[in-house]
Amino acid sequence: MHPSAQSIRERFPDAVTGVKEAFGELTVSVRKDRIVDVCRALRDDPAWAFNFLSDVSSVDYPDAEERFEVNYHLYSIDKCHRVRLKARVSEDDCRIESVTSVWAGANFMEREVYDLMGIEFVNHPDLRRILLTDDFDGFPLRKDYPTEGRGWRNTFEFLPTTEGPVS
Amino acid sequence: MTDAPTPTTKRSSTDEFGVIEHVPDPNDGDAAVLRTEELLLNMGPQHPSTHGVLRVVLDLEGERILKATPHLGYLHRGTEKLAEGKTYQQIVTLTDRLDYVCAMTNNFAYVRAVEKLLGVKVPPRAEYVRTIVAELQRISGHLFWLGTQALDIGAMTVFFYTFREREILIELFEKLCGARLTYSYYTVGGVSDDLTPEIIAALRAFLKAFPDKIIEYNTLLETNRIWLARTKGVAVISAEDAVSYSLTGPTLRGSGVNYDVRKAEPYAAYADVEWEVPLGKNGDTYDRYYIRLEEIRQSARIVSQCLDKLPDGPVSIDVPGITFPAKDRVMVDMESLIHHFKMACEGIRPPKGEIYCATEAPKGELGFYINSDGGNHPYRLKIRSPSFVHLGAFDHMARGYLIADIVTIFGTYDVVMGECDR
Repeated sequence: MHPSAQSIRERFPDAVTGVKEAFGELTVSVRKDRIVDVCRALRDDPAWAFNFLSDVSSVDYPDAEERFEVNYHLYSIDKCHRVRLKARVSEDDCRIESVTSVWAGANFMEREVYDLMGIEFVNHPDLRRILLTDDFDGFPLRKDYPTEGRGWRNTFEFLPTTEGPVS
Repeated sequence: MTDAPTPTTKRSSTDEFGVIEHVPDPNDGDAAVLRTEELLLNMGPQHPSTHGVLRVVLDLEGERILKATPHLGYLHRGTEKLAEGKTYQQIVTLTDRLDYVCAMTNNFAYVRAVEKLLGVKVPPRAEYVRTIVAELQRISGHLFWLGTQALDIGAMTVFFYTFREREILIELFEKLCGARLTYSYYTVGGVSDDLTPEIIAALRAFLKAFPDKIIEYNTLLETNRIWLARTKGVAVISAEDAVSYSLTGPTLRGSGVNYDVRKAEPYAAYADVEWEVPLGKNGDTYDRYYIRLEEIRQSARIVSQCLDKLPDGPVSIDVPGITFPAKDRVMVDMESLIHHFKMACEGIRPPKGEIYCATEAPKGELGFYINSDGGNHPYRLKIRSPSFVHLGAFDHMARGYLIADIVTIFGTYDVVMGECDR
């Protein structure tokens, strides 16, 4: 097993729900209410020193018990290692604590997840839509949102044109 | 959305003569005091210095920026959602449209991610050709940045000089793969075309003349007082903040943090050649200029070493189900025709799993997160684009500067909105 996997599990026996190693990458599943604690410890502990947040992303599993999954890709600039943290979020309680207090860069990344997947980040300083317009309806990266077909844009009112069809 | 500030003096209804009542008398009480309210100024999305469609709302106190709120998404095309309905080779063409001035490195980052998922290793010649082309793209990307940044700041000549060399590189790419901007040159398993002797000769001629050109750009700028005044001490970020804001690429290295994916997690041929990572000290725009100029030199160094060491052999693997068979075989060989047909219809089916693969693009760390359910298109594809992450630090880096500096601060990240909005 990966050395950091063992140590992360030992440090947070109650928070870590699973450890997986595949494709040379370490994935640690964390309970969502402990995500900030785990992130802060991973950043501050010199043995891990995950000082850099590469990315925050999300995946939708419509049939799963807890529908959404938030992925945090951490990197350590000093130690040159990576880890992926995972937290599951259910559709009924679609919220997770924000990690903006740990890494300032999480601000935009979490806003993007909120915008496209509809997961709410609690204690986020500025949780607004970022890529889509404020009046956009729905969360396009959810699997039940269609890629093609008529949708929100078909509800636009057309501007009045001059008489007759536009040639 | 922020509302416009309400004026302190209310305009009331007009009287019967159409004259406005309650016009503030400058000699009367509060109105006589100089008004010091904050001003909201909208910049973009059509401002020429925003390099596309970035819109920023500035809270100003006089000329000074109190707060800058970027509004993104004017170029959002839903690339990640579209990718969920396309086969793995089709997505290569989507990646061209992310950072459209450096499409080669986008292709590279994406195919590396797919190869990691597939567990495929490409032939040595392909690794070298990939490195050469990626570094040429870095040179052309940094030349693009240098020209436009100088143009925005007021040094127009540099633009003509850098675009002259960029044109040579773009013509080389055109010879190589037939396109000038949207290349789709990298394929899963290798590259689409080999370097011809003609291209190698042209490349060597370019590399021979290029060091003098870099000196030329520098002479145009290093003693230019306007350039120095408008870049030195502008858009400063400390090393701790730069790491906390997840900055990457020259923007991070300008603050002196040594993180370059090519060194930290070497891929392609970067471990086989000698080169250095230039670092800045002050974390300002001038240091980032210096780093990009030095990176151009290092890229030229990498390319010429790769050309010297260029191994023989194929430039792509030939595995049914991952690569298309060669066209001449398809015309005569039944097996190849079947493989070609199956590739075009079904595409690649990587194993179930998820990977994150980071590549050093000219702008910073370009990462692809691919979640595969074993099907022929990704279950979820996430693009970690450096421009998007960099704009997260925009407010932090713009506060306290003057309106005139905002143009420099836009440019300091080398932001491309196609990549930012995806």
